[in-house]
Amino acid sequence: MSRTIYISLLSALFLAQQCTAAAPLSDTRKAEIGHIVQQDCGSCHGLTLKGGLGPSLDPARLKQYSSGFLETTILHGRPGTPMPPWGALLTTDEIHYIATQLRSGVWYVP
Amino acid sequence: MSHNLIPLKRCLIALLSLIPLLAFQVNGCEIRGTGDLGIVIERASGSIQVINTSQRESLGRIEGLGDLSHASAVFSRDGRYAYIFGRDGGLSKIDLLCNNIVKRVIQGGNSIGGAISQNGRWVAVSNYEPGGVRIFNSDSLELVADIPATALSKEKYSRTVGLVDAPGNRFIYSLFDTGETWVVEMDEEKPPTIQKFTDIGIQPYDGLITPDGRTYIAGLFGEDGLTLFDLWNLEKGATRILNHYGRGEQKLPVYKMPHLEGWAQAGARTFLPAVGRHELLVINTGSWDEVGRIAVHSQPVFAMSRPDGRQIWVNFAFPHNDTLQVIDTQSLEIIHQMQPGKGILHMEFTPRGEEVWVSIRDKNRIDIYNTETFEHIKSLPAETPSGIFFTHRAGQIGL
Ligand code: HEC
Repeated sequence: MSRTIYISLLSALFLAQQCTAAAPLSDTRKAEIGHIVQQDCGSCHGLTLKGGLGPSLDPARLKQYSSGFLETTILHGRPGTPMPPWGALLTTDEIHYIATQLRSGVWYVP
Repeated sequence: MSHNLIPLKRCLIALLSLIPLLAFQVNGCEIRGTGDLGIVIERASGSIQVINTSQRESLGRIEGLGDLSHASAVFSRDGRYAYIFGRDGGLSKIDLLCNNIVKRVIQGGNSIGGAISQNGRWVAVSNYEPGGVRIFNSDSLELVADIPATALSKEKYSRTVGLVDAPGNRFIYSLFDTGETWVVEMDEEKPPTIQKFTDIGIQPYDGLITPDGRTYIAGLFGEDGLTLFDLWNLEKGATRILNHYGRGEQKLPVYKMPHLEGWAQAGARTFLPAVGRHELLVINTGSWDEVGRIAVHSQPVFAMSRPDGRQIWVNFAFPHNDTLQVIDTQSLEIIHQMQPGKGILHMEFTPRGEEVWVSIRDKNRIDIYNTETFEHIKSLPAETPSGIFFTHRAGQIGL
């Protein structure tokens, strides 16, 4: 009895997670992410994303990588370097959005 | 006759009444001491504000300073000029009395901080790009020495971090990529001499010098522990301390690198932010062994001691950068916590510590608190404020 409740609860949770993950990012969330990238990624990559302790995120250079590669870097970080994993703070959709925007250069200030 | 005299008299009185004004303003510059002045970096707008800590007010804004993310400042020994190190390699000399930029050079592509020599003659800047240190005449900002770091490839050099000044007109810094510490000694008559220490540890990320100028400590990112140099016995080389701290524990992600500058020494104890742990390390000053650790809210960024050493104020990395904690250095307990807003980037105490100025980036505001009662005294508007630097740093080794 309690087991079925547990399982249905779990699947409800799972579904809820899938649903939120599938929903497109709201404009407010996009703006928040823009702020996080500029300020908090910026503390290592520079406010202009031209680099600091982390390398420059120049779109011209990032285009050599696939979006998937960049997403893996952001999600898991690069062990052995200061690039931290962001999976605990950002959803995979948000990370996909960041990778797309980074490649198009909207946050990069030349 | 008397008809003509009246306007003349009036004119004289008017002129005389101008004298007090003239006495305080020469060519738009103020005649006053600078001991209670300071600057606030406005990182997104590339500007700074000159502030007064006695009146708790802004004296004006200076614009056109480039990319000021991670910018820091040092002061000339007369406390009149601030040297600002911008992220974009800009080195700007600001006159606090005239509120203007005296001189500005773009000295590198990407820089991380700087220092001023013991005698005040030289300003050194630490660069990521091109990796190395450049040293300038503090008067003219003319290049005096260009010291590239160890080469990593044909066109890349190790990034340099943790640059401080040390007695004997020396500059000390570490090389992030190659794990070295270099000691550069300046001389009026001849080119600088460089002493290099290799294998000091994996990825030194910042450095500090004790207020007495005797000990240089580099924090390591790539492994546990810190590396220490006794500058009175430099021939002994690097010593590792706290080698075992955190051994076997899972490191937590570091969303912002901690800073060692502005670290805290309170009597016999020294407090440092741990890396990848939500703790402050407490070490014995002198013997440098671990006394204990204090569990704090999140990854600490700055741990700054009030000038009397009685309190340590700590701020935190993203996503917990809305919180400040205050630790009593006697009981090692957290005695106060506040959440004034997101993006608490820096704190600076007034020279004797009765008040603290806190920059709250996302509120576009500087808050001033009484450090005894924690009462909020005043807020000043500032555009995405980050570093706050007061002129009393001018007389302190390592600041
Ligand atoms: C604490 C410092 C730090 C923070 C904060 C940080 N990064 Fe990084 N990042 C690095 C470093 C260092 C590297 C280089 C890793 C290496 O050596 O391969 C890197 C690499 C990267 C790369 C790969 C670039 C390349 O050319 O290989 C991307 C993309 C990236 N970061 C995105 C981000 C994003 C997006 C954020 C914010 C959500 C972020 N970083 C926050 C330090 C940081």
